[in-house]
Amino acid sequence: MYAFTYQRPTTLADAAAAIQAEDAKLLGGGQTLLPTLKQRFARPTDLIDLGAIPELKGIREADGGLEIGAFTRHAEVAHSDLVKRVIPSLASLAEGIGDRQVRNMGTMGGSIANADPSADYPSAVVALKATVTTDRRTITGDDFFTGMFETALEPGEIVKSVRFSRPDKAAYAKFRNPASRYAIVGVFVARFGAEVRVAVTGAAGSVFRAEAFETALAADFRAEALNGLSVEADGLNADIHASADYRAHLVTVMAKRAVEAAG
Amino acid sequence: MANPNGIGASVRRREDQRFLTGRGNYTDDFKRLNMTHAVHVRSPYAHARIMGIDFTDALAMPGVVAVLTGADMEADKVGSLPCGWQIHSKDGSPMKEPPHYPLARDRVRYVGDAVAVVIAETREQARDAAEMVVVDYEEMPAVGSSTRAIAGGAPLVHDDAPDNVCYDWHLGDKAAVDAAFANAAHVAKIDLVNQRLVPNAMEPRAAMGEYDQSTGEYTLTTTSQNPHVTRLLMGAFVLGIPEHKLRVVAPDVGGGFGSKIFHYGEEAVVTWAARKVGRPVKWTADRSESFLTDAHGRDHVSHAELAMDADGNFLALRVSTLANLGAYLSTFAPSIPTYLYATLLAGQYKTPAIYAEVKAVFTNTSPVDAYRGAGRPEACYLIERLVDVAAGVMGMDKTEIRRRNFVPKEAMPYQTPVALQYDTGDFAKNLDIALPLVDYPGFQQRRAESKARGKLRGIGFATYIEACGIAPSNVAGALGARAGLYECAEVRFHPTGSVTVFTGSHSHGQGHETTFAQIVADRFGIPIENVEIVHGDTNKIPFGMGTYGSRSLAVGGSALVKAMDKVERKAKKIAAHMLEAAETDIEVKEGRFTVAGTDKSLGIGDIALQAYVPHNFPLDELEPGLDEQAFYDPKNFTYPNGCHVCEVEIDPDTGVTTIVSFAAVDDFGNVINPLIVEGQVHGGLVQGIGQALYENCVYDEESGQLVTGSYMDYCMPRADDVPSFTVRYHEDQPCTHNPLGVKGCGEAGTIGAAAAVMNAVVDALSEYGVTHMDMPATPEKVWRTIRDAAPAPAMAAE
Ligand SMILES: Cc1cc2nc3c(=O)[nH]c(=O)nc-3n(C[C@H](O)[C@H](O)[C@H](O)COP(=O)(O)OP(=O)(O)OC[C@H]3O[C@@H](n4cnc5c(N)ncnc54)[C@H](O)[C@@H]3O)c2cc1C
Repeated sequence: MYAFTYQRPTTLADAAAAIQAEDAKLLGGGQTLLPTLKQRFARPTDLIDLGAIPELKGIREADGGLEIGAFTRHAEVAHSDLVKRVIPSLASLAEGIGDRQVRNMGTMGGSIANADPSADYPSAVVALKATVTTDRRTITGDDFFTGMFETALEPGEIVKSVRFSRPDKAAYAKFRNPASRYAIVGVFVARFGAEVRVAVTGAAGSVFRAEAFETALAADFRAEALNGLSVEADGLNADIHASADYRAHLVTVMAKRAVEAAG
Repeated sequence: MANPNGIGASVRRREDQRFLTGRGNYTDDFKRLNMTHAVHVRSPYAHARIMGIDFTDALAMPGVVAVLTGADMEADKVGSLPCGWQIHSKDGSPMKEPPHYPLARDRVRYVGDAVAVVIAETREQARDAAEMVVVDYEEMPAVGSSTRAIAGGAPLVHDDAPDNVCYDWHLGDKAAVDAAFANAAHVAKIDLVNQRLVPNAMEPRAAMGEYDQSTGEYTLTTTSQNPHVTRLLMGAFVLGIPEHKLRVVAPDVGGGFGSKIFHYGEEAVVTWAARKVGRPVKWTADRSESFLTDAHGRDHVSHAELAMDADGNFLALRVSTLANLGAYLSTFAPSIPTYLYATLLAGQYKTPAIYAEVKAVFTNTSPVDAYRGAGRPEACYLIERLVDVAAGVMGMDKTEIRRRNFVPKEAMPYQTPVALQYDTGDFAKNLDIALPLVDYPGFQQRRAESKARGKLRGIGFATYIEACGIAPSNVAGALGARAGLYECAEVRFHPTGSVTVFTGSHSHGQGHETTFAQIVADRFGIPIENVEIVHGDTNKIPFGMGTYGSRSLAVGGSALVKAMDKVERKAKKIAAHMLEAAETDIEVKEGRFTVAGTDKSLGIGDIALQAYVPHNFPLDELEPGLDEQAFYDPKNFTYPNGCHVCEVEIDPDTGVTTIVSFAAVDDFGNVINPLIVEGQVHGGLVQGIGQALYENCVYDEESGQLVTGSYMDYCMPRADDVPSFTVRYHEDQPCTHNPLGVKGCGEAGTIGAAAAVMNAVVDALSEYGVTHMDMPATPEKVWRTIRDAAPAPAMAAE
């Protein structure tokens, strides 16, 4: 690690001021940022730890859905009785992130701000019609993820909380990378009345909605409704763990499993 | 009453208390006054000429003490890292043995090859400065795989190794094999790759060098499996330091799996640099360096053929293997694909004729050397995959073809056609124990049940035999080892009856501090708490050849028994004197010395006290003291063997393989501590499963870049990837030539498991006409195999 100045503000306003410094970086649970620093891939002058800011914490029921503070650890989401009651699929998604150590440290805000193409939460943000509140504004989940490791956040903008709508039925099915345990393909299926959302993570540069799947499931919410449907392999991610056509295949398999799990 | 902590007791590992509470003392934990930190500047290229090194800016960085390069080492006449084994090619010529300098001189030959070392007050300062060292590289074309190495016109890794060949060796009777093939009724064939693996010890390598100007003594503290050999090799060949001025300490070591047997350049660098800078120098690898520079394992490409008669009796085996040795010869490297591989190709079978050819090549990759099992997993995998193919060719049951060809118990001792002589083994018995454990008759029904759920089920058998207890020195010498491979032990009774044992074996996860103490407690009837096991320090232990090849108990334990014999012989004389009886009248049992037919007796504690306070002692006949040392050179290898059975279920939709059950039946000879043995088997099985399903070290063939350089890409098996194992052993066939009757258990799990898993995977896919799949059986590979199989059979509809 290169040397940096460590700051631990206790209010969002102080954090927002501190992040204005040139080459300052926000620190969430550190599960992505710290390995990057250790490997000397980044050289921030200041690290602004968000862990002591009460406004960024907590899980509340809001408008029938949930509002989750940006500095909520994955393990807290996984084990929260409130989350398990209101949106159980979100709790089980969180339980499937990385390993125990990662879940005990990593945060929701850090995960979505980082926008790793194989992260799990982005699929929930899109499928559960979430809105992301920052220290400046509110961004819809559909507009939040703009590309590989890219979001609608402006420099220095801090994610404050994420508000998820409560679906009638939902489930997340993940095909893990056996090495890293990130998603090679993760499919979040959520049904809100007549509307169905199918959000796919891991497969492409950024989370995307499988519209043909959504249409088919809106008409018939059964796994069989997806028979014969698939996403285009062209342009999907390919690496030593999974080729693009394997990923395309897995999208259909995982979507069916999610529908089955949603019941 | 038998000692509750004696031989055969499942004593919990005494060392675990300190390991589990964070009180172990590992090399990186040692801190010295004025200690400096070393960081290596490593080549980012697989192959390049070093045109110049500019470290002016680096030297000016804060905290930097020195920047040293290969030129400095050359000026100080530092030698090349020696290789411990020599192989001769078919034509009688010695293997190519190019120099391997701790810091590269004019050329780098793999990504991670060290070109300079920066020494600074802190590790971070050394890292900062290492980034400022400017090396002017002229990139050269690279060879990233063994097949590319032998392709015509491939770039040369070493100019004096034509065609990149280190040696082209063979073993066995070619004419006999050719004749048998000519008359064979059936032939089974296979082409397979035994992929490269990264050892991944939990503790990365580390080394700390110290030099004492007042005495001229050097101390190297290092993560080593055999400190004495490191002292010998580094002292005599690399740095020119005589043994009495060089102390090598291997303190607590967090796993090695072979990768810490070898003498590495960093050890020489810190020892040499400590004198140059006049301060202790410590280096600790980070995980990325471990991936790049620990000696890797396996990496074979093989073709094999098995000739059979009309009844499926094996007539002859023909094997041709291409082995990747990496960029330079690591300490044991040449012996692994030869003496530890080809000699095991008989397996458990009485195949009368075997011929093996092994071509070993240099590539622009990390050196390859022994990794848990070392050659024997490669042999087992090849034989057992081929036997399954043979069963297919013959239309025979996979257990039946094995049983038919086993070397029968009655044939022991059995001389194989590939040099080894097995002393004991009852291979049919292993299978007989295994079959009920896995309910073999019920398999077809389980398969049908899986199929009804849309899943594919397979069962796989692997029988293995390994040569352990390395090694009879005269045999090893004849084979080209440049050292003997005996072991040494010293048993020191203290005046009040407690014991310190000094062993040349080294424990880095094996539990010697428990098992060796059990042996002593058992022999002398003393509490295990009164026995201390000391290992890993050349200044304390007379000598040692270290721990690898499942040799600690078979060789080190035997040396311990010999030393205890000497102690007992002397104690008996003392007892006779004290009891005023004839020595021949003294009966000895568990440390109690009794005059036959009387109730007059003494405990070993009384005798020890008299030995050190010799007021009533036969001083004209014996020296005071009770401290004996012994060297033990084994008469033969030991031959652990067993039968592993794996059952898998494959999800054809995703290609994911799940291990449903795994049973291991092993013959390790006599067992000192069943709990530790079981732990060794469990760990070994997981490593074997890791190779079968997950692990794969990938280099880019053209650029020689390591693709799987972190845990994000190199997949290690985890606890939730494996089932609960069924582990059994029997003690019916103890080793006949060592005093404990032990064979060794450290590698067995790794040797049998990969073959058992892959045989199960291929069995599950057999309905698609699959007869072989290379490891690891990743989900995509399995899925693709199913998808591409034509015509696809009718699966349970989805
Ligand atoms: C071994 C391992 C396995 C993993 N497996 C998975 C997995 O299976 N699925 C998965 O989804 N993820 C996985 N992760 C990633 C993990 O979930 C991380 O927690 C996550 O990517 C980053 O969250 P963090 O809180 O640790 O953020 P940090 O690492 O602290 O920060 C990440 C980035 O987000 C920024 N940031 C942090 N908080 C905020 C905020 N409130 N507002 C704006 N910007 C912010 C930081 O500046 C930084 O750029 C894994 C990580 C590891 C190390």
